[in-house]
Amino acid sequence: MKEQTLHAAEAGSPPGGLREGVRRAFLRHEWLRAYTLVSPTLILLIVAMAAPIGVLVGLSLWTQSGMEFDRTLTLANYETFFGKKIYPLVLWRSIQISALVAFATVLLAYPLAYFIAFHVQRHKMVWLILITLPFWTSYLLRVFAWKLILGYNGVVNSGLTTLGLIEQPLEFILYNVTAVVITLAHAWAAFAILPIYVSLEKIDRSLIDAAHDLGEGPVMTFLRVTLPLSMPGVIAATLLVFIPTVGDYVTPKLVGGTTGIMIGNLIQSAFGRGANWPMGAAIAVISMLMVTLAVCVFLGGVKGLKKLLA
Amino acid sequence: MNVRVSRAKMGWLGLYAATYLTFIYLPVLLLPVFSFNDAIYVAFPIKGFTLKWWEEMVAHEGMLQSLRNSLKVGVAVSIISTVFGVLAAKAFTRYRMPGSRALTGFFSIPLVIPLIILGIALLTVLTTVGVSLSLYTIMLGHVVICVPFAMFIMISRLEGFDQSVEEAAQDLGETPWMTFWRVTFPLALPGIMASMLLTFTISFDEFLLAFFLAGDQLTLPIYIWGQLRFPKKLPSVLALGSAILLATTILVTVAMMFVRRKGD
Repeated sequence: MKEQTLHAAEAGSPPGGLREGVRRAFLRHEWLRAYTLVSPTLILLIVAMAAPIGVLVGLSLWTQSGMEFDRTLTLANYETFFGKKIYPLVLWRSIQISALVAFATVLLAYPLAYFIAFHVQRHKMVWLILITLPFWTSYLLRVFAWKLILGYNGVVNSGLTTLGLIEQPLEFILYNVTAVVITLAHAWAAFAILPIYVSLEKIDRSLIDAAHDLGEGPVMTFLRVTLPLSMPGVIAATLLVFIPTVGDYVTPKLVGGTTGIMIGNLIQSAFGRGANWPMGAAIAVISMLMVTLAVCVFLGGVKGLKKLLA
Repeated sequence: MNVRVSRAKMGWLGLYAATYLTFIYLPVLLLPVFSFNDAIYVAFPIKGFTLKWWEEMVAHEGMLQSLRNSLKVGVAVSIISTVFGVLAAKAFTRYRMPGSRALTGFFSIPLVIPLIILGIALLTVLTTVGVSLSLYTIMLGHVVICVPFAMFIMISRLEGFDQSVEEAAQDLGETPWMTFWRVTFPLALPGIMASMLLTFTISFDEFLLAFFLAGDQLTLPIYIWGQLRFPKKLPSVLALGSAILLATTILVTVAMMFVRRKGD
């Protein structure tokens, strides 16, 4: 930094030297060129992501009085949150649902990623496209498809009735937590498969051969070589599914009913009909903190497990 | 013996993979099936073939208007976020920079942040500053979530190529600008195409941010969300959904071709 200013000052002495100085500084310092290139993205994400979240934290310290905000700083919204049973209950349930979804998604995705990485010799690309394709298509429509499947007069019920297997439509399959979990696990599948696939694909095959040569059976080779080496992918997959699903709004709204409500629905209603923005902001801030805490606990647990096994 | 074991294992895994793909695709394929069904309720048994839901869908002015809005937003978002992504990717792949790990981490936040949080945060700031909600505010939200995708696609494209080609061009007397146009740009082009197609798709399908940031102009997903409340409109929404699925499938397949074509 110092060197660069000196340099600019030095170049600044001949006439028209400022431009020249900047040019020389650019040529001389790689990081200056690099930071110039990332600066649009950096500024965008600071202005349109980091700062707004900061403002949200600020808003959560205000209160709503009628149509206006009361701008005195207070923790009243946080007291309301922990004072009313409904908020902590729904947040806790959202975290449980998302954890369950992340666990199920990763567990189901692992064998598939393993299959593509180790057993598909040709047309790997076709498999990868097939897996990722649904992820890019409309989230809303994928969730909605499940409503059609699980609904009272939906595909499952009408199909089973037509086949004569049931007399009355099954009511327990829609508008509850199970429906939310199934739908989310389906909607986020690609997010779990890809990171696991990438980490499996990176594994040096000679390590696996070595384990075989040293007399390890296939199961032990998997447990002691393949699985530990693919853990970064498993961890990434878990987080990539867990974090965004906690705040999901569409799935619980469409298939969750009253028992499947999640924290996103409460946030939305505070910003929508409920019209208590500061309260909504407080719910959002607490949710973010709890999700961060959950992630730390998870990462800590993984680390502890690693030490235990090592 | 060993070969037989792995054959058998592959059989089970293959079967599992096929089941998994069915689980992924079956729900989505129901949409087109019922969009041709001659009944207002989405239920078995299938009643008969009809095109009336598709005709109803095409004739709807509100739908067409929101489609135009979604196209506008999607095209703008794909261009803007790809430009940002190209610049950032260039910095990360070309230069050694201090703090690049922290920066990559920061730039990845939009990939995992719950969209509802980003949505209300942007909404709060925009209303506080006094910006009225419109298609532009939706674009802003979409650019934020699309930039990391554009950047990582471009990084994976640029990482592969040999810097010496650029240096050779400069040694042969090309200006930096011409080097960019005649060497860097053509090499990066497949990545740019892939990034534009994928970010367009993300924006085109995105619901939650748009839901919070929309003014009186709706995008297609918000329009669909509104229609879901009316059981009578359901079959034509299915037709619309099928059309969207078909369009995005084609776009994404083409984009994937660009991403994967790295060896050439």
